[in-house]
Amino acid sequence: MENDVSELTSLTLAEAREGLKARRFSSRELTQAHLGAIARARGLNAFVAETPEQALAMAAASDARLAAGRAGPLEGLPIGIKDLYATKGVHTQACSHILDGFKPPYESTVTAHLWRDGAVMLGKLNMDEFAMGSSNETSYYGPVASPWLPPNWSGDKARAALAGDKRGLLIPGGSSGGSAAAVAARLCLAATATDTGGSIRQPAAVTGTAGIKPTYGRCSRWGIVAFASSLDQAGPLARTVRDCAIMLGSMAGHDPKDSTCVDRPVPNYEAAIGASIKGMTIGIPREYRLDGMNPEIEALWRRGADWLRAAGVKVVDVSLPNTRHALPAYYIVAPAEASSNLARYDGVRYGLREPGADILELYENTRAKGFGPEVRRRLMIGTYVLSAGYYDAYYVRAQKIRTLIKRDFETVFADGVDAILTPATPSPAFGIGEMGSADPVEMYLNDVFTVTVNMAGLPGLVAAAGKSTEGLPLGLQLIGRPFEEETLFSLGHAIEESAGRAPFPEPWWG
Amino acid sequence: MAVDLATVRRIAHLARIAISDAEAPALQGELNAILTFVEALEAVDVTGVEPMTSVTPMKLPMRDDVVTDGEIEPQVLANAPLTEDGFFVVPKVVE
Repeated sequence: MENDVSELTSLTLAEAREGLKARRFSSRELTQAHLGAIARARGLNAFVAETPEQALAMAAASDARLAAGRAGPLEGLPIGIKDLYATKGVHTQACSHILDGFKPPYESTVTAHLWRDGAVMLGKLNMDEFAMGSSNETSYYGPVASPWLPPNWSGDKARAALAGDKRGLLIPGGSSGGSAAAVAARLCLAATATDTGGSIRQPAAVTGTAGIKPTYGRCSRWGIVAFASSLDQAGPLARTVRDCAIMLGSMAGHDPKDSTCVDRPVPNYEAAIGASIKGMTIGIPREYRLDGMNPEIEALWRRGADWLRAAGVKVVDVSLPNTRHALPAYYIVAPAEASSNLARYDGVRYGLREPGADILELYENTRAKGFGPEVRRRLMIGTYVLSAGYYDAYYVRAQKIRTLIKRDFETVFADGVDAILTPATPSPAFGIGEMGSADPVEMYLNDVFTVTVNMAGLPGLVAAAGKSTEGLPLGLQLIGRPFEEETLFSLGHAIEESAGRAPFPEPWWG
Repeated sequence: MAVDLATVRRIAHLARIAISDAEAPALQGELNAILTFVEALEAVDVTGVEPMTSVTPMKLPMRDDVVTDGEIEPQVLANAPLTEDGFFVVPKVVE
């Protein structure tokens, strides 16, 4: 049977799964359609390494298992993998120059789970270097362009920018910018991502996709290049909340190789999609209403609450008084942990090596050349706040504030609130090259609504919730109790349904 | 707390990142912008608050004290930029 190729790439993960089961098409056809889309979309720069041979081999194996009636939950479904995940024998460089040529001899636990369940790997996705960024502009491999056209841009103008330095095209968010762009451009059915301060949720919001950062400990961090170990968590990005639920069901699960990974059963997350939300209570935290807030974001937030109210959810005002301290505290904790984690890149054991007269010069030259400006900045801040005489004033104080932030959430949840509804980002996507060049803090403010969730280790989901007046996607965030991702899937699906599923942009890029 | 140029050079050295004299002033400005941003935390009352050590309440699991891998020298060295006779190679450390 002949299948229209663009039809195959427009399917959701759930629809593709049903199509494979019903034998309407093969995994080989589905995978080839996506490989073709990837080849035509190279201008977007979403993939940093394509693995077509591996993809087709995995698809053939999936087709055999489908025929034999031994299909796994993700059998034959082609997905993309963020470059932060170690994939055995395949390009894994955290989009940094310092990991030049690195091919791990092992597989991350999360990707191993995905392959165990039958998923097909299309390649590795672009990201901010070491996941440090909110726009995918710090990648050694260059920025990723969002498939969404800037307001009032023609396809011709956008194609010209794509062939040049991409300035003015929209950012896909970061750090999981390649994941978000690839999913929105229909280059893969879903993608893995990671979230240390908002790196799944902010890209999801600005590309009209869905993403979830699960509770800290839900997914194994083993084999994922470490940024800030007490904040890092793996999660999926996909075109619908249901697809995220399907992905997380495979990604999550206990792993003795990560001592912070919890040993508790993985629920059937997909069963939460469409479950009744009547009688649930959501909180609206007043501290998230910022001075000078974008009125469109505020209106979207109100609309989201109205949708849930109409579905029988009780909406109450809540207070999280330490919210405004979260972002500054994050910029102590995360760089401190990064400075420790990234000490391993020494030019001796793997990756880039820049010669020096002695061992110290070898280290210093390698790290100066191998790390980009944003990573260097954060490593220096981290080194400073951990240095003798400053440790208590900065690091210990920030960890105390983290306790206060977590306590705020615990109080609200103890009062009977099932989830908290907030904006996901302060604005729709901005243009490549437009932000943060003069002051790094300007860029950091993009994570103002998402970073509290990492500081408290909670699950946070972003669902597409509509468009700005200029036609750019906007998302809303739901924050849940620890290990109650199912509540977020139910509520997030309701938001997505109320907003109406808007079409993704037509492929102007090629 | 703002950092001066000498401190910027000291931090860079502690972080093992070479910086040129030309780069230092710009880095100083960026680091001070971040330090100014986090300054607001000095005003927060944290009296009697325990610093967070684990975001989820869990006991560190202990495994049996046994060897679980090893004898994988080629794998360990496979990604090294310079090796010789099964060793990583570095500039002479001891004269």
